[in-house]
Amino acid sequence: MNQPTIQPTNQPTNPKIRIEHVSYTYDDKTVLRDVTLAVPAHAVTVFLGPAGSGKSTLLRLINRLNDVLDHTRLDGRIFLDDQDIYARGVAVSDLRRRVGMVFALPLPLPGTIRENILYGPRLAGLRDRGRQEEIVVRCLTQAALWDEVKDRLDSPAVSMSGGQQQRLCIARSLALEPEVLLLDEPTSGLDPISTSKVEESLFELKQQYTIIIVPHSVQQAARVADHAAFFLTGELVEYRPGRELFTAPRDRRTEDYITGRFG
Amino acid sequence: MMLGILAHKPANMNTARRYAVQRLGFGVLILASLLVVAPILFVIGAIIARGVGAINWEFLTAMPRDGMKAGGIFPAIVGTLLLTLGTALVAIPFGVGGAIYLAEYARDTWLTRAIRLAIVNLAGIPSVVYGLFGLGLFVLFLGFGTSIVAGSLTLAIMTLPVIISTSEEALRSVPVEFRTVSASLGGTRWQGIRNIVLPQALPGIITGVILGLLRAGGETAPILFTVAAFFLPRLPQSPLDQTMALPYHLYVISTQVPGMPAEIQYGTALVLLALVLSLNVVATVIRSYFRRKRQW
Ligand SMILES: Nc1ncnc2c1ncn2[C@@H]1O[C@H](COP(=O)(O)OP(=O)(O)O)[C@@H](O)[C@H]1O
Ligand SMILES: [Mg+2]
Repeated sequence: MNQPTIQPTNQPTNPKIRIEHVSYTYDDKTVLRDVTLAVPAHAVTVFLGPAGSGKSTLLRLINRLNDVLDHTRLDGRIFLDDQDIYARGVAVSDLRRRVGMVFALPLPLPGTIRENILYGPRLAGLRDRGRQEEIVVRCLTQAALWDEVKDRLDSPAVSMSGGQQQRLCIARSLALEPEVLLLDEPTSGLDPISTSKVEESLFELKQQYTIIIVPHSVQQAARVADHAAFFLTGELVEYRPGRELFTAPRDRRTEDYITGRFG
Repeated sequence: MMLGILAHKPANMNTARRYAVQRLGFGVLILASLLVVAPILFVIGAIIARGVGAINWEFLTAMPRDGMKAGGIFPAIVGTLLLTLGTALVAIPFGVGGAIYLAEYARDTWLTRAIRLAIVNLAGIPSVVYGLFGLGLFVLFLGFGTSIVAGSLTLAIMTLPVIISTSEEALRSVPVEFRTVSASLGGTRWQGIRNIVLPQALPGIITGVILGLLRAGGETAPILFTVAAFFLPRLPQSPLDQTMALPYHLYVISTQVPGMPAEIQYGTALVLLALVLSLNVVATVIRSYFRRKRQW
């Protein structure tokens, strides 16, 4: 807990999440090697790197989604507000309410748009109709979707376009008012217009949330990053404020990657 | 130009030949499926043709008389319905529960692998073995005697492997991402199963359950030693009573009673067949109803 943590150089020392010496193994395959970094609050941090470098795995470790997998091994520790999230007695459901996640492929749950938004709050015990209504409006607005769907909140979520579905998934994870939002290539299946809408909503959201995003391109990373971490085959190569990493990378491998000279 | 034509012609012939071969192939396949279906249709047709004359109100609702050569088969119908119901009461909760455990909770260990292997193998055990097992465990050891309880439990045990493996299959066919999404929204594992996975797996589970119950309802060997009465012209009064049952009754009147009118034999077969087929229809209707509600 007192070990020195890599910080983006200009950050004050109030990280929201600290990842300390995390290594992770699927079966016999090590996909994260001794990763240590601190994620600042109220900023957008991007996890960058080629496919297979362990970015998704690291995201899933932050809200313990990999708990269900067999034959895996986690070393090191992950702290959320100085609380070890893998400590005994941590309620995983509560953790996931604090740390929301949006996946690459939008997956509406069976049911209507409204039911999708309210899935999490209802499981958390919210019964009050008025509060539910507020949440639906707030989340859809935050995800830049309200105007498009306000007249059909009770139609099936699958009837929406792909771009709308992904914004629905963002809205759905916002419904729990998480403190942290993890986004794993949230725009990889979207057209440019939907993509820029999602990116715009990220700017709005970071006032309120701590955001970690795995971007689907280096360009997107450069557009949204306050801080950027570059991963390569499970190792954290470089972690700096975004502007610095994209304009003056220190590591040769980072430079190769962001200039597209990679592999 | 010349070359083009020359090259074209054999290709053309080739295509024609390929079409011919394809048509021949289709023909063989269609013939094969007809060969499979024909005996079934023939059997059903024969049973209907010869048995329909026996079907009337008395046959369906009266007790057997004159050494079963007259009267009806009411107690056998009721017995089979009761046994199927009893089987369902035991096999559905344990079967679906077991499938949920195996598909959703069980870690991949040697023990769960052994359980799966056992289930697959149990499905292949001859039903008479289940009958003997039921005789030993339920009738004698647990002291239920030859009774509806003992028969239902025996049939349930025989049915469990079918229900478990089809239900597990149905649960596994629901993409894992639904569970992940539910979990990421703060749902417990059970909440994800209950709200998202089970509703989508339901058509498959219902199919498995009904297939299993159909088999149970039509079996003779497992009830032979555990519940079935040779001749008992009254309805069972308690779960610890014996009862007549259609498959066993059919066996008895076909082989054990000299001078039995063929029409009664075929009529009994027809009633059993109709029960089974109508359950099948119910299954299909339920399944397509839930299918339509599913979205992937
Ligand atoms: N559930 C899993 N089981 C086994 N290996 C996995 C699993 N998920 C990911 N991996 C492997 O881990 C490595 C890192 O994957 P991932 O974290 O998805 O990287 P990225 O998101 O950077 O592409 C890859 O080689 C991938 O094949
Ligand atoms: Mg990934």
